[in-house]
Amino acid sequence: MRTSRRLPIHSHNRTAYAFLLPWLIGFFCLTLGPMLGSLYLSLTKYNLLRPPEWIGFANFKQIFTNDATFTHSLQLTFVYVLLSVPLRIIFALLVALALNKGIRGLGIYRTVYYIPSLLGGSVAISIVWRQIFDSEGVINAFLGWFGLEGPAWIANPDYLIYPIVTLSVWQFGSAMVIFLAGLKQVPADLYEASQVDGAGKIRQFFSISLPMLTPVLFFNLIMSIINSFQAFTPAYVIGDGHGGPLDASMFYTLYLYLKGFSYFDMGYASALAWIMLLIIAVFTGIIFATSRFWVFYGDGKGGR
Amino acid sequence: MLTVKGTYSKAIRHVLILLVGLAMLYPVLWLLSSSFKPNQAIFTDTGLWSHSFTFDNYKNGWKGFQGVSFSRFFGNSALISILCVLGNIVTCSLAAYAFARLDFKLKKIWFALMLVTIMLPYHVTLVPQYIIFSKLGWINTFAPLILPKWLAHDSFFILLMVQFIRGIPRELDESATIDGCGQGKLYLRIILPLLTPALISTAIFTFIWTWDDFFSQMIYISDIKLFTVQLGIRALYDPSGSSDWGALLAISVLSLLPITLIFLMFQRYFLEGIATTGLK
Repeated sequence: MRTSRRLPIHSHNRTAYAFLLPWLIGFFCLTLGPMLGSLYLSLTKYNLLRPPEWIGFANFKQIFTNDATFTHSLQLTFVYVLLSVPLRIIFALLVALALNKGIRGLGIYRTVYYIPSLLGGSVAISIVWRQIFDSEGVINAFLGWFGLEGPAWIANPDYLIYPIVTLSVWQFGSAMVIFLAGLKQVPADLYEASQVDGAGKIRQFFSISLPMLTPVLFFNLIMSIINSFQAFTPAYVIGDGHGGPLDASMFYTLYLYLKGFSYFDMGYASALAWIMLLIIAVFTGIIFATSRFWVFYGDGKGGR
Repeated sequence: MLTVKGTYSKAIRHVLILLVGLAMLYPVLWLLSSSFKPNQAIFTDTGLWSHSFTFDNYKNGWKGFQGVSFSRFFGNSALISILCVLGNIVTCSLAAYAFARLDFKLKKIWFALMLVTIMLPYHVTLVPQYIIFSKLGWINTFAPLILPKWLAHDSFFILLMVQFIRGIPRELDESATIDGCGQGKLYLRIILPLLTPALISTAIFTFIWTWDDFFSQMIYISDIKLFTVQLGIRALYDPSGSSDWGALLAISVLSLLPITLIFLMFQRYFLEGIATTGLK
């Protein structure tokens, strides 16, 4: 990187923009430009071969009034987000609490619990998942020990969502590590003082640990929701890759992918992408707006 | 002092955590053990300890398909991942240095925009990006996968590094400036070496995410010679059920190996990186 030596210390305009150059190019060519491009394309009919044909809001009208797959995939994705995000966070929190009590071999457990987060995004693990949830697979064999007969998790459209949710919850390790770090920050004297006042374990959790963890929880919640809305690989690989059986794996991103890159209806796919952006924005907006009521930033008065 | 009851409940908790941990690892262990079983035993012999042990799956799997072996796919994945890692390290640290240490016009606006892009879903730029790359004739090349990293497109890592650089005492910069260091030298000689832990976190996460990034690879690459490991596995796998499962699982194990090794080697940076920044 070139530098100009004669610049005064206080303003580095030229140097700074030189440092920022790659990012700026990326911002305009890969983010802002394409965003505006997809906004424009969402108002057109476009298949890569012929120039985009302006059709106004026809894509959106079609999506909202006459597209059962859209409604279904949105519902499915909502179910996925609403099941997997809270479960994942609750698991992460519970295990973090159990590990936080000065257990021997913490490092090993932390590693073991983290490994699923590390591997879970790969095609390989999705394939494994499909296999262990097979009607003849390990999960049903396990249920069999208790005299339960598990359903055909993969083949039966009513059940397919559960293996996919389980795969997401299985990866709670990354959130757990963040919670563990958060718990380390809680001053020990808070617990001691509350113990003197006669608070039990449960009271301590709700009055000390949980309030002190809310900033971390807030962050985890936002990132989990954003990521869950965009889940693709598990739906693609655990399902049959076309949304089946019977659209049971038709997650929103998979539908968007099929529209754009299987049917080459790129205007329609762009409209779907913008709707997704707005939905995610609304969700994160709600969490941000409510955060001042439940996120506790230590002010020395103790959390409630 | 530990009471008997205390030791007892502690032991119970320990056992519980251990059992849950084993259950968590079960799918991985199942994958590992099945990859060494003969094909017909994979679904009949569900125990982790196999009665028959074979390397054939690895041999068969490695052959690949249509005359292209997995050594090619692994090579492709490694090449893409390494170039992406380098790109992120160089360009994100440049941008982070500007945001953390330099004063310039519109800094606040750029910084805010950078934060917003972290939360932006990929899909909203997907179609136009694809169109641009296809007009450039870059479909079926690695460029669409690598170029974004050389343009600091993963702003997440910029934020990580900005926070890290803010923790480096400014006195160091000042004394270096007095000694006649320009901004370029300051960045190269002072900040970059001290930034190493953040650079390692960035490198590890970039490597893993690129290695696993099935979606972009699938969109941009259809030529078998350019297939990555993820695409290769997906191609070996037939959802309707007639796959060579032994080979598929063996290759799956191999595909997870680089990530696992890197994780185990750099665990310290890794877990600290997550803990301090909330990655992933």
